[in-house]
Amino acid sequence: MNHDSYSPDYIRDILHSVKVIALVGASSNVVRPSYFVMQYLLSKGYDVIPVNPGLAGQTLLGKTVYGSLKDIPHAIDMVDIFRNSKAAGTVVDEALALAPKPSVIWMQLFVRNDEAAARAEAAGLKVVMNRCSKMEYGKLCGEWAWVGGNSGIISSRRQNMHESGKMQSLGLGGIPPKR
Amino acid sequence: MTDRPAGFDTLAIHAGAAPDPATGARITPIYQTTAYVFNDVKHAADLFALRTFGNIYTRIMNPTQGVLEAKIAALEGGTAALALASGHAAQMLVFHTMMQPGDEFVAVRQLYGGSINQFNHSFKSFGWHVVWADAEDMNSIEKALSPKTKAIFIESIANPGGRITDIAAVAKIAKRAGLPLIVDNTLATPYLCKPIEHGANIIVHSLTKFMGGHGNSMGGAIVDGGNFDWSKSGKYPLLSEPNESYHGIKFYETFGGMAFAITCRVLGLRDLGPAIAPQNAFYILTGMETLGLRMQRHCDNALRVAEWLSQNPKVAWVIYAGLPSDSHHALHKKYVPKGAGAVFTFGLKGGYEAGVKVVSSVKLFSHLANIGDTRSLIIHPASTTHSQLTPDQLKKAGAGPDVVRLSVGIEDVADLIADLEQAIG
Repeated sequence: MNHDSYSPDYIRDILHSVKVIALVGASSNVVRPSYFVMQYLLSKGYDVIPVNPGLAGQTLLGKTVYGSLKDIPHAIDMVDIFRNSKAAGTVVDEALALAPKPSVIWMQLFVRNDEAAARAEAAGLKVVMNRCSKMEYGKLCGEWAWVGGNSGIISSRRQNMHESGKMQSLGLGGIPPKR
Repeated sequence: MTDRPAGFDTLAIHAGAAPDPATGARITPIYQTTAYVFNDVKHAADLFALRTFGNIYTRIMNPTQGVLEAKIAALEGGTAALALASGHAAQMLVFHTMMQPGDEFVAVRQLYGGSINQFNHSFKSFGWHVVWADAEDMNSIEKALSPKTKAIFIESIANPGGRITDIAAVAKIAKRAGLPLIVDNTLATPYLCKPIEHGANIIVHSLTKFMGGHGNSMGGAIVDGGNFDWSKSGKYPLLSEPNESYHGIKFYETFGGMAFAITCRVLGLRDLGPAIAPQNAFYILTGMETLGLRMQRHCDNALRVAEWLSQNPKVAWVIYAGLPSDSHHALHKKYVPKGAGAVFTFGLKGGYEAGVKVVSSVKLFSHLANIGDTRSLIIHPASTTHSQLTPDQLKKAGAGPDVVRLSVGIEDVADLIADLEQAIG
């Protein structure tokens, strides 16, 4: 697996297939990327579970914060990691110890741990590194062009308004699927 | 929808321009509105704090403008672009994002006269100091660097001389010095040259010229190459440090490879204000759909006109890199192999007076101060675009007293040659 570039199909398949996302390194600071990525993914219909030992038991954006992945009392589809590259390795090992395992490991912008990625892939998980889940969703739904972004995607198909019906919100077309 | 990498002409038509999600309109609508209704108070707060994508106010962004930006970014191979009121506005915002008062940048003398003025005079009043070097002499660029240098600025094909810059050689110097390389790609357009592939970090454009291509709308653009680390040196605090006007957000940390374009938009454009009109964005978008077709014809015509001029006994010299005898022919083959551009200069044996006679006698070429129109244009830089420069600056900018500049259009080339023939007499 080449982790220097990902095809839109690869990312699209992931964002189509996951519903419950554990967001490790969640923050209550509104200017931190982890805060507004969580808020954005919630607005697009994902069930985002914040993980941060310092905030365990508190509520963030209406969701209960857990101290670690193993404390989450239900299955998760994807782990979205907002930690440094070294710490991401530990998070991956914690994710691989879950039963059932998640299907996707996602490391945010500037976070990359190739050894951990190899362990996850060996266990059958898909891995994305050094990408922002909000940005990638934005590229696929078309919101990326609103800020002049080059999504690498062209299409003659009409973009989808998001199912929430809110103004200025595009979706992936009935995605994410209901669990 | 396809994941196969699209070709240039496909991108020129389709990039950024999916059918309108609200109406299904196939052509990008002109969103002629100043502002956008919020879903609720929280949505408004999230937009102002950059926590979510969306339009607030057309001084900062507009959906028609957004399509134009996405298209330019795709054609240049950048991560993102920002469209502005003019090419000058693009340069102002690029430097506003990089420079603090007292900082320096290195620019080569082979530049558009308007840029030379902007750098020498207006930028000085902001405390941004240009240090001049020579694009033909890489040592002069190295020597111009100092600890205060924040960037290096060149044109891919220089206006008015039509000189082609050795972009990769300058990029090597910039990289070694840990500085971003800014390339004005107005005369080449991404059809002829993609400077990011040669190591450039930031591209600026006057969209008024070949990109829009029809001489009807002013516009400019900044393209973020997404290939420069704005935190490493600590020299670019606007990008690397917490920003107070956005509650302490760090732009590079938050936006990564598109941080430069975002910062130019949400600080430079927000506060200095040179927004592009939605109507102009639409005209430029329409023009850009035919960029590849037009640029090839521009270049093919320019080569034929240059060949004819070089055979004319009343012509003293022709400088066009497309001519095999030209000193920049090898650079042409390396950087712009599809064509050497459509702007070039020639001199008449009759000097200044003969130049004035030609621009006064043409009937098809238009005598005006622009380039990159479908119609052919002619000017005598020494008496117009470059008239504020000293004789020494004129010479170094390739705009001496005998110089006539052509911007060759896409008319029938035989008609263009016939017009020059009767005008030269």
